[in-house]
Amino acid sequence: MHILNKTNINFMRWRWHAVALSWVVILAGLAVIATRGLPRGIEFAGGTSVIMEFDQTPSDDAVRNALNQHYPGGGSDAIVQSFGDASRRQKMVRVPHVGEESGASLSNTAAAVEQAIKAGNLGNFRVVGTEIVGPAVGKELSQRGLVATVLSLAGLLAYIAFRYQLSFAVGAVVATIHDLLVVLAFLAFFRFDLTLNVIAAILTVTGYSTNDTIVIFDRVRENLRGMRRDSLMDVINVSINQTLGRTVLTAGLTLLSVIALFFFGGEVLRGFAFTMIVGIITGTYSSIFVAAAVVTFWRGLGPTRAAAHAPASTGSVSAGAPQQPTRKARPQRKARAS
Amino acid sequence: MSNLRWKLLTTIAVTIIFGAVGVYPIIAAHYGITTPKVLTDRLLKLGLDLKGGVHLVLRVQTDDALRIESETEMERLRELLTTAHINSTGLALTGTDGFKVEGIAPDQDAAFRTAANEVSANYDRDSGTNGTYTFRMKPNVAQSLREEAVVQARQTIERRVNELGVAEPSIAQQGTNGDQILVQLPGVTDVNRAKEIIRSTGLLELKIVEQGPSASKEALTPGGTVPEGMDVVPGVSSGGDAAGSTVYYLVRKAAAVTGRDLRSARPSLDENNRPAVAFTLNSEGAAKFGKITGENIGRALAIILDGKVQSAPRIDSRITSDGRISGSFTQEEVQNLSLILRSGSLPATLTYLEERTIGPSLGADSIRSGVIASAVGLVLIVVFMLVYYRTAGVNATIALLLNLVILLGIMAYMGAVMTLPGIAGFVLTMGIGVDSNVLIFERIKEELEAQRGVRASINAGFSRVFLTLMDTHLAALISAAFLFQFGTGPIRGFAVTLFAGLVSNLFTATFVSKTLFELELSRKSQVTTLSI
Repeated sequence: MHILNKTNINFMRWRWHAVALSWVVILAGLAVIATRGLPRGIEFAGGTSVIMEFDQTPSDDAVRNALNQHYPGGGSDAIVQSFGDASRRQKMVRVPHVGEESGASLSNTAAAVEQAIKAGNLGNFRVVGTEIVGPAVGKELSQRGLVATVLSLAGLLAYIAFRYQLSFAVGAVVATIHDLLVVLAFLAFFRFDLTLNVIAAILTVTGYSTNDTIVIFDRVRENLRGMRRDSLMDVINVSINQTLGRTVLTAGLTLLSVIALFFFGGEVLRGFAFTMIVGIITGTYSSIFVAAAVVTFWRGLGPTRAAAHAPASTGSVSAGAPQQPTRKARPQRKARAS
Repeated sequence: MSNLRWKLLTTIAVTIIFGAVGVYPIIAAHYGITTPKVLTDRLLKLGLDLKGGVHLVLRVQTDDALRIESETEMERLRELLTTAHINSTGLALTGTDGFKVEGIAPDQDAAFRTAANEVSANYDRDSGTNGTYTFRMKPNVAQSLREEAVVQARQTIERRVNELGVAEPSIAQQGTNGDQILVQLPGVTDVNRAKEIIRSTGLLELKIVEQGPSASKEALTPGGTVPEGMDVVPGVSSGGDAAGSTVYYLVRKAAAVTGRDLRSARPSLDENNRPAVAFTLNSEGAAKFGKITGENIGRALAIILDGKVQSAPRIDSRITSDGRISGSFTQEEVQNLSLILRSGSLPATLTYLEERTIGPSLGADSIRSGVIASAVGLVLIVVFMLVYYRTAGVNATIALLLNLVILLGIMAYMGAVMTLPGIAGFVLTMGIGVDSNVLIFERIKEELEAQRGVRASINAGFSRVFLTLMDTHLAALISAAFLFQFGTGPIRGFAVTLFAGLVSNLFTATFVSKTLFELELSRKSQVTTLSI
């Protein structure tokens, strides 16, 4: 079986359209973030969430009513939603944090929510989980998340520059930043909470998105040696086409596993799975349309002979390449002999 | 041939070893099979989010430690000045890390400097106008005091948690300033007791009462000033008409003994058969206590816990090693209090930044959905690989399964903890794991189309792609490493899973999968087609 075999699509011709499309998505995302903000999960926003399991599932409105009547300050700021599978009859109530971080009083809000629901006469229920996060935590987390992302990108830049060339590294990192922005845009469009798990997914996307890009770049480098007279554009086009089947297949397979997570992984992992789904799709797209395009913008479109004068960084590979035939030769002969 | 035999043996050995460490204990635990202890010890631990329990993050208010130090030094200087008959108009704290002395007469300046030299080792001294001196703690001293306070707090919490009898608690320092303490108590559901016990300062001081109890502060402080070397401490009236109302005691500032002089504390009953805490002092404490009680027979002794007088019994005779704290305690409070006193006091107050309680049912739900998601993901991928790559798909499937076995084995061996995000990492590893197989297979297909022989194509496919795989895996490992650095608890579980998955995948995709191909080829003498 074969999909996308021997394609000959001129991807580079579409690079301007791709750039435009990416900007539209990213700018729209930024606009939504600027106007409505990114919904922040409890780890970042602070506050209290209480998960309760009821004997008879009340409606969200009934829970909200109980809060309006009995929770100090009313329930207008509260988020009420079903939690997990409907058969578990669970509701989650989240209220923002009141006041400063202060010793023992942290759990008072959780107790107040429980009291309010009790007073609301919604039948028997048990508190199965609470989460209380003081306001100081989120700030530190955002800072650390940002630092981790930046360092991770810098690490990738350095590694690819070392193994390939600077222009390739810039291409890969620009593609990855592109993916992060697109992921944030989709989180904003679909109003998924920014949680720790989502941050973990975003950091995973940085690694994953580079994967596809490296596979294509690897082929570009291999082809640069054989296609010295062709323009960089042609080399890139051929390389993308040659690896297209593989790129789409692997993205599809990883998508399968993440989609399984999205539908069956439970409430807590849904945001993670959504982020990964968007990240995988945009990662594949950016590997094909963005990363290589950046390389051409960076280096110009002239013939590639200059490129073949590989900088020192590719030395290890060109040194490794001639060895391959000799390594292959032995089993080959053996095979014929047997 | 012998080469292939070695490769097969290696593959089988790896499967057995990692399977025994990573997979067998899980199966054995699930079906209750008796297993050697070596293996049950390796049972993959579940994180708090899967097992249920309490997760607390506290911040140590390290400023407290500095203030206490500054206060102590200031009091020492005050004593020195008194003994040297140097007059000042006042000593006062300036913020948390310093204090000042005002109104030293010019003719006593030299004498003051001599006295001040005794305390100034840890402080920078500045002289101002009109005989004013300010003392500010040296930055390096302050820094090490802060660090000490956090370490002490962590050790105290460890002792308290151990006394609580929690199985496998985890207590660690974290945070950018290192002033946070993470406490994880698996299986604990009584959050409030745990929180109360962890957070109580537990500072016990026994001080001689000079005056009181009195219903108002003012009655004890004529002219509104607290006499030198004295303190006003609140307490609760225990008898008479005003039982339960706040009363005040004027006590000597210097404590006769403190919690540090304790050897043990245990629940007991007072003379009215109400719950109380009995304590025994160590020999040093007993000597001090004996001296002071002997000198002060007839006066009251205030038993002060965390700045509050619990009771103030009259000293009838000289007391040495044994004493009792009575007050209006419940049986549970008495138990908690003796636990806290046994474990020592905290050097600074703690505030809660975060608290999370996960009920066992919630954790079980997460495990169930995690297992279902993994199974569905696995089936989808395997079906696709078998349909698309046929025989080669079998190789990929075996490699994938072995990848998961090794992943679990590595995690179990390292004593890593499986968390809910960790399960996500597990599922993701399946997706990313087949990626390598696809890359190799697609390359083999290309080589086959270029009319190379089957063996040559397989060899070329594996050897050409190997460097690419190294690159992609190293890039992914870089981001996993930063993820580990960033994360706490569950996220670390994810990073560890991802890390282990990447390493094991590199092995299964290149070594195991190739061995399987070679095994197939070795069984046929002439190979012209490959089912891929």
